[in-house]
This record gives sequence, C-alpha cells and structure tokens, in this order.
Amino acid sequence: MKNHGTSLVSNIEPGQEVLSVQNISLSFGGVKALTDISFDLVKGEVRAIIGPNGAGKSSMLNVINGFYHPQEGEVFYCGQKRNAMKPHQIAHQGIARTFQNIALFKGMSTLDNIMTGRFTHMKTNVLQHAFWRGPAEQEEIENRLKVEEIIDFLEIQTIRKTPVGRLPYGLQKRVELGRALAAEPVLLLLDEPMAGMNIEEKEDMSRFILDVQEEFGTTIALIEHDMGVVMDISDRVVVLDYGKKIGDGTPDEVRNNQAVIDAYLGVPHE
Amino acid sequence: MFYRQAGDFKSSYREDLQTFALKQDRWAYYALLVVAFLVVPFIINDYWASAVLLPFLILAIAALGLNILTGYCGQVSLGTGGFMAVGAYACYKIMTSAPDLSIFFVVLLSGAVTALVGLIFGIPSLRIKGFYLAVATLAAQFFLVWLFNKVPWFYNYSASGQISAPERTMFGWAITGPNAEAPVRYLFCITIVVLLAWIARNLTRGRIGRSWMAIRDMDIAAEIIGVDPLKTKLLAFAVSSFYIGVSGALFFSVYLGAVEVGEVFGITLSFLILFMIIIGGLGSILGSFIGAGFLVLVPVLLKNVMVNGLGWPTDIAAHIEFVIVGGLIMGFLIVEPHGLAQLWRLAKEKLLLWPFPH
Repeated sequence: MKNHGTSLVSNIEPGQEVLSVQNISLSFGGVKALTDISFDLVKGEVRAIIGPNGAGKSSMLNVINGFYHPQEGEVFYCGQKRNAMKPHQIAHQGIARTFQNIALFKGMSTLDNIMTGRFTHMKTNVLQHAFWRGPAEQEEIENRLKVEEIIDFLEIQTIRKTPVGRLPYGLQKRVELGRALAAEPVLLLLDEPMAGMNIEEKEDMSRFILDVQEEFGTTIALIEHDMGVVMDISDRVVVLDYGKKIGDGTPDEVRNNQAVIDAYLGVPHE
Repeated sequence: MFYRQAGDFKSSYREDLQTFALKQDRWAYYALLVVAFLVVPFIINDYWASAVLLPFLILAIAALGLNILTGYCGQVSLGTGGFMAVGAYACYKIMTSAPDLSIFFVVLLSGAVTALVGLIFGIPSLRIKGFYLAVATLAAQFFLVWLFNKVPWFYNYSASGQISAPERTMFGWAITGPNAEAPVRYLFCITIVVLLAWIARNLTRGRIGRSWMAIRDMDIAAEIIGVDPLKTKLLAFAVSSFYIGVSGALFFSVYLGAVEVGEVFGITLSFLILFMIIIGGLGSILGSFIGAGFLVLVPVLLKNVMVNGLGWPTDIAAHIEFVIVGGLIMGFLIVEPHGLAQLWRLAKEKLLLWPFPH
C-alpha cells in the first residue's frame, strides 16, 4: 500500500475542511484528558492549538495520528469518517508529524533520516532489495531526488551525511521537520517545533512553516507556546484548557476572549 | 597521503550510493576477493581450514544474521545457538531424505526452515522489548536444544543421538563427509559468505534497512512515518534466522561433520555470537566479520604462543587464554563501546586527513 494522501485530498478545494474532530472525549482511567472537543482544519491553513501545560494539546495530536483512540467522538478526514486505525496506517493517508521532544533516528545520518520519511512512497520488496541492482536502486535514486529538494529547501546541505546525534538542537528540529516533509503530507502536525530555540532559530522555523504552507499547500496544525509566533503565523487558533475547548477563532478573536485571558493569567478564587 | 577523498568526485546519486565510496577501499576489497578465491585455496591445509578459516567464515555468517536482528533492528536475541541447531538439523533431515539434492540448495533450504522457526519465536517481540525479549529468546534456545535431544525423529533414531553428515558432492568434489578436502570446503563456505554478506549489505543500505534502524532508534517515530512495527520486526527475525540457519547447517555439515546438539549448540555459542557483534560493532556488516575474526583468531593465536612457543602445559594455557581474551574484550569495549568497526572508521577518518589534520 502506497501513500494515498494526495488522491484523498484531491477533491477538497482550498478553504474546505480537510480534517475535523467532533465531540472527542478521551480519558485514561479516571483522568479526563479531553472532554467533548470539536474543531476543524481547512485546506491550506496554519491552525494553532494553544493552551497551558497539561491542557491536552499533545493528546489531541495523538488522537489525530492514531496513538490514542478516544472513547467518544469521531474524526472526519477528507470528507470521510475515519475508522479506528493504527498510526502506520494513518501515515499512509498523508498525515505526518514532528514531536515535542526530538524523535530522530539517532544512529542515522541526516540524509537517512529524511529518506526514512519517504517510506510510504516506496514499495520495493525484500527480494528486490536483496539484489539491489534494478528496481530497488532505481527507487532509491528517485526518492533521493525528492529528499535533496527538501534538503535544499531547509538549507541543510552541509550536514547531509552527519549523524544526527552530533547536530545542535536547532538543526535537529529542522531535520525532524524535513523528515515529516519528505512524506509529502496533506496534513502536517507540529508539536512545539520552536521549543527551546533562540530568536533567530525561531524566525528560521517560522519562515519554513510559512514556506511549506505556501509552496506545498500543506495544511498545518501547530502546537506552540510562544504567543508572538502563534499570533503571527497562524490563520486560526483553538485554545484548550483542562481538556476543554475554551476558544476558537482568528488570532485577534482569541486574544480578546475573556476565557482565554483567564486561563493564561488566572482568575481570583472566591 | 595516498588514502584520500579529494579528487574522487561523485557525479550521480548512483555513485554516491555505492558501498565502497573511496577508490582505495574498492581496490582493497577486490584485492581481498582475489586473494580469498585464487590464492588461499592453493595454500590452505587441514589445520588452517579446521582451526581458523572454516570456523571464522561460518561463525561470521551467524554474526551477520544476529547483527541484522540486534544491531540493525535492535531486538536482542540469546537464541542464536538454538537457531543454528535448527539449521543443522534441517540440513541433516533434508540431506538424508533427499540425497540427490545439491548441497548448496540443502544449505539454503535449511536457512529457509530456520527463518520460519525464527518467525514464530519473533512474534512476542511486538509486545516485549529489551531484556525481556532476550529472556524470551533464551527460552527458544533451551526449548530447541531440548527438542532435538528428546525427539528421535530429528536424529533419525540413531543409537548415539548424534547426527552425522553423509558425503555430498558438487561438480565431482566432496563438500561434506570424511573425504572432503580442505580447499573445497573452504571454497564452498567462502562463496556462501560472500554472497550472503553482499545480500546483507544490500538489505541494510536501502528502504528495508532504514525501516529496521528506525524501529531500533525510535519505534514511535518509525510508526508515524508508516513503518509497520510487527511486519518489520518479523522480517528482521526471518532474515536473521535465515543467516543463522545457513550458518548452523554449514557448521554441522561442512565444519564438524557430526554433532551432538547439547554440546555444540548450547547457550555458550549464543553468547559467543553475541560477543562477536558487540566487539565487532553493532549495526555494521564489517563489524560482524571483525568480531568473528577476533573471537576465533585470538584464542588460536594465544594457544599457539603459550603451548607451542613457550612450552606451557595445555591446561594452564587454556585458563590463561580465558583471562586474556576476557581482558581484551573489556579493554576494547572501554576504548570504543561501539566496537572495533567504529575504531576502524575513526582510524580511516584520521587517515584521510593525514599528514595535515587541519
């Protein structure tokens, strides 16, 4: 089975819904991580998910890419109701993501990490690989071309063959973005792509995110704590607090939402 | 000075993907092949074949197999000895029930049988990881050895409980059995070794190898990229067991000729192979060979020096040998925890810049 994200999304016009979650509730034993959450992502937008620590943002991403199965609620993807699937099956539908803590393959080079991101676009089997010459080599070279485009795009040519363990933090985050981009995703989930970065690195990363949106038309869901960045680069924002949705709208609407201000600044208790 | 990258330009991705990227490395590899195939067979004698070269080559196959599973895919296994026994007994059963089948295919078929057995014992790996998986494979080790001891069908109801390899020929030369000549056995083994090493390299350099390493390094990230953990791990178990099975079949039929399962394929052998890949280098094809070479050659060398050179009694020499080999293993692991292959890589990196390191 090859990656069929592009064909799934082909009949969705820009501005129409790519993914929507409806009435999602997720709990672990007695702990309610998410309660009755609904929102949607339209094609080509940057959608930020914000909220204080423990609000359920990462849990929400984990629901979208299939690590968690919510007890209630449904996920609609490209106009169809999505059945319960494993994460690797969801990857084949064109959903890619990066992690809050870098989850690169430490033993591999930058190039190999990004090549691994092309996994869903490759289909040669073990026997073809055992003999290498022929289809396997051909497929490697074709995919290498795509990976080189991403390496150029992210300006990481010089570290192509460096083992990722040796790279500084900011570059590792960039390689991880490259690995997600290599899948040519329809929907890209970024879990705190700018955590722990300095101003310059944040500017670079913001630029890459906006370029991805513009050049590839990718829909992006973004979790981020830096409000400046969120307000600048996102088209719409959804705010979670204690597993509940407390705000949804354009950055300006969210900024002036009293519930959001309360959640961030706190309210006096009687 | 002569060993350098400068001027060795790659103008296509195909060239960039080749195994030996440096011209000198390629020449060294070809020279090694020429020596192995055209020189060694003419000078090899029985002592070199049975004490050094055959065990080195055959155990290198097992090390390659275990390295695929443990070094590349990150699944620790202590069942290597048991799986080699499967290869050996499969080889024996196929040899005795299909006498006309070429020994080459018998060996490959034994590998295939072992791959199936490995697949079954690989199923728990989806649920358990690390040390716990090692314990599960340890169960395979003991179960398989017990099975071959207990069920007489496996050794064709022979009174001794041993299996011994009947004579089989290829192109008129005896490969197995008492009449097999050292050069022929050597050539048969090295052909299989070169073939399997080439395949191992091919498997690990592309999509399949990357999916194994992805599971090893970060299984959660591998899954969201689209790697199916169960399929990938089972494939690693099957391929690895194939190699180990071929190794077991050769160990029995070409090297030893007769085998008593508990003595040969016990837990000691499992650990020996595991040490080979740890010392040689996890996740390295070259490392499998270096590790196998180290653990086969060093004891032979030490024995020769102490018994033949210094004239010490054999029993004392044997004990001192354990001490020295153990010490060397610890020493190497302290100097370079990633194995001798990594030392070699670092040495080459330095050599590329020598004599002007800046």
